[in-house]
Amino acid sequence: MEEFLKTNLLHPNVAWLVEASIKMVAFWLFVTLVVAYTTYAERRVLAVIQNRLGPNRVGPFGLLQPFAELLKFIFKEDLVPLAVNKWLYIAAPAVSLVPAMMVLIVYPFGPEVTIPILNIKVPLYVTHMNVGLMYVLALTSLGVYGIVIGGWASNSKYSLLGGLRSSAQMISYELALSLSLVAVILQVGTLDLVKIVEAQSGWGGMRWNIFGLMGTGFIAFWIYLISAIAETNRVPFDLPEAETELVAGFHTEYSALKFALFFLAEYVNMTTVSVLATVMFLGGWNGPLVAQFPWLGIFYFIGKVFFFLFLYIWLRGTLPRLRYDQLMNFGWKFLLPAALFNILLAAVIALIAY
Amino acid sequence: MDLVTQISQSIPAILFFATAALAVVAAFNVILQRNPIYSAIALIVVMMALAGVFLTLASPFIAAIQVIVYAGAIMVLFVFVIMLLNVRAEESITDKVKYLKFVAPALFIALLAEVGAIVGAIDAVAKPAISANTVADPSKVNGTVESIAQAMFTTYLLPFEATSVLILMAIVGSMLLAKRETPEEAKMAYDAARDYREQAD
Repeated sequence: MEEFLKTNLLHPNVAWLVEASIKMVAFWLFVTLVVAYTTYAERRVLAVIQNRLGPNRVGPFGLLQPFAELLKFIFKEDLVPLAVNKWLYIAAPAVSLVPAMMVLIVYPFGPEVTIPILNIKVPLYVTHMNVGLMYVLALTSLGVYGIVIGGWASNSKYSLLGGLRSSAQMISYELALSLSLVAVILQVGTLDLVKIVEAQSGWGGMRWNIFGLMGTGFIAFWIYLISAIAETNRVPFDLPEAETELVAGFHTEYSALKFALFFLAEYVNMTTVSVLATVMFLGGWNGPLVAQFPWLGIFYFIGKVFFFLFLYIWLRGTLPRLRYDQLMNFGWKFLLPAALFNILLAAVIALIAY
Repeated sequence: MDLVTQISQSIPAILFFATAALAVVAAFNVILQRNPIYSAIALIVVMMALAGVFLTLASPFIAAIQVIVYAGAIMVLFVFVIMLLNVRAEESITDKVKYLKFVAPALFIALLAEVGAIVGAIDAVAKPAISANTVADPSKVNGTVESIAQAMFTTYLLPFEATSVLILMAIVGSMLLAKRETPEEAKMAYDAARDYREQAD
C-alpha cells in the first residue's frame, strides 16, 4: 500500500503516514466493534449458562443491544459527586482507556494481503518494533493507574478499597505474566511481535509456540492465561469490583459516559490480552492453508481471539470469586515460582535442542 | 531537499525538546506540590517523559524498561502506599532537616557543572538514528535489544552479575523482615525482652 501511494501520488513519508493512519483507525474501529459485541455475547452466553434468554428485543436476536446501551450511556445524567477530587476524577477513565488502545499498533492482525481489483499489497500491522513485546508490557503496566487514581479521587471507601486491591493484584500478577512470556521468547529469539508470528508459520501453519520446547510452551500458556485473567480483573479474580463486598469497587461513584469509558477500557484490555495470547502462543494468523490464501489468516486470527473472549465469559458463568488472601497466595507462592521454574526448564531444553 | 523531508527529519528533534521540557516541568511539579499524591503523579509524568527522551535518542529498549520498571512498578507501589496511609497534604517540614538547605545549593551547582561539561562534549553534528527494523542484523545497531543483551552478557558481565547479587540481597532482606515467626521464635523473643527488662530494673 505504501508502494502504491508512493508511485501514484504522494511523498514517501506522507504515504507512510496516510497508510499508518488508515490502519490505526481501522484497527481501532475493529476492536471497538469486537468490544461492543463482547458485551452482547457476554449477556447472551451467560443467559444460556444460567438457563434464561438474555437481551433479545433490540433488533434481530437483540443484535442492536450494544448501540442501544451506548445511547443510554450518552443520555444519562453525568453525576460528579461533590466530595471528589475533580481533575483526577475526570482524568481517570481516560487514563485507563488510552494505554489499552495504544497497544493496538504493534499487533499483526493478519499476513500481508492483496486487495483485489486494486492489486495493492497491505501488511496488516501498523508498525513493527524491535521491542514490540516490551512496548506492550510497558503499556499494560500503566493501565492500573486509571483504576487506582479513579478509586482514590472518588473519595469513597468502596472505591478506594477497589483501587488498592486492583493495584496490589495487578503488580503481583504482572510478574508471572511477563515471566511466562520468556519461554516463548526463548523459542523465537526476538521481541518483535510481527517476527514472532512469522516464526510460527512452519509445519503447514501449525508450528505454534504453545507446542514448542517439549511442553514448556504449554505450561507458559497456562500461566499466561491465568495471570491475564487476573490482570484484567475478571472473574474469578474480580476483587477490585467485587459486588458483594465493595458495591462496584473502583467505579462506584462513576456514572454515564465516564463509567462507559471504564467499562470500555476493561473490555479493550480483555481483547488486547487475548490478542497477545493469540500472537504469542497460538500462532497469530497462522493456520493451515494461510500460505496459499492470505485472507484466511484474518479469520484464523479473529477466531482465536474470539475463543479467548468466549473463555472469559464461560469462566464468569462457572467459577466463584477467590478470597483476597487466596488470590495473593496463588499469585506469589504458586504462579511466580512455576513461571521461574518453567523458564529454567525451557532454557535447558532450548540449549540442548538448538 | 523538499519541505516534507525537512519536516519529517526535524520531528525527532522537536519530540526530544518537547519531552525534555515536559520532564523538567513535571520534575519541578514533584517538589512544588503540597499534596503527596500530586507529587507522585508528577513523578510518573517525569518517568514517561524520560522514556520519550530515550525513544528520540534511538534507545527503544531503555525507554520500554524505563516505563515498565519505574512508571509501571515502582511508582505503583508509591501511589499504593500513599493511598493506603491516606497521607494528607503535608505542612512544611523544612524545620526538621535544616542542614539540607546548605547541601542543596552545592549539589545544584555540581549538577549544573556536569550538564555544562556534557553539553561542551557533544558532537556538534547530529547523526540520523538508524531504525532497527530496516537492518538485517539488529545486534549491530546501538540501543536494540540484541546489542544491549550482547554488551550486558559479554563485556559488562561482571557488573551485571554484581548488580544481580545486590538485588538478591535486597530480596532476601525483605523476605527476612516479612517472615512470620514460629511460636518457638516468638517465645524466645518474648523471653529475651523480659530478661532485658528485668536486668534494666
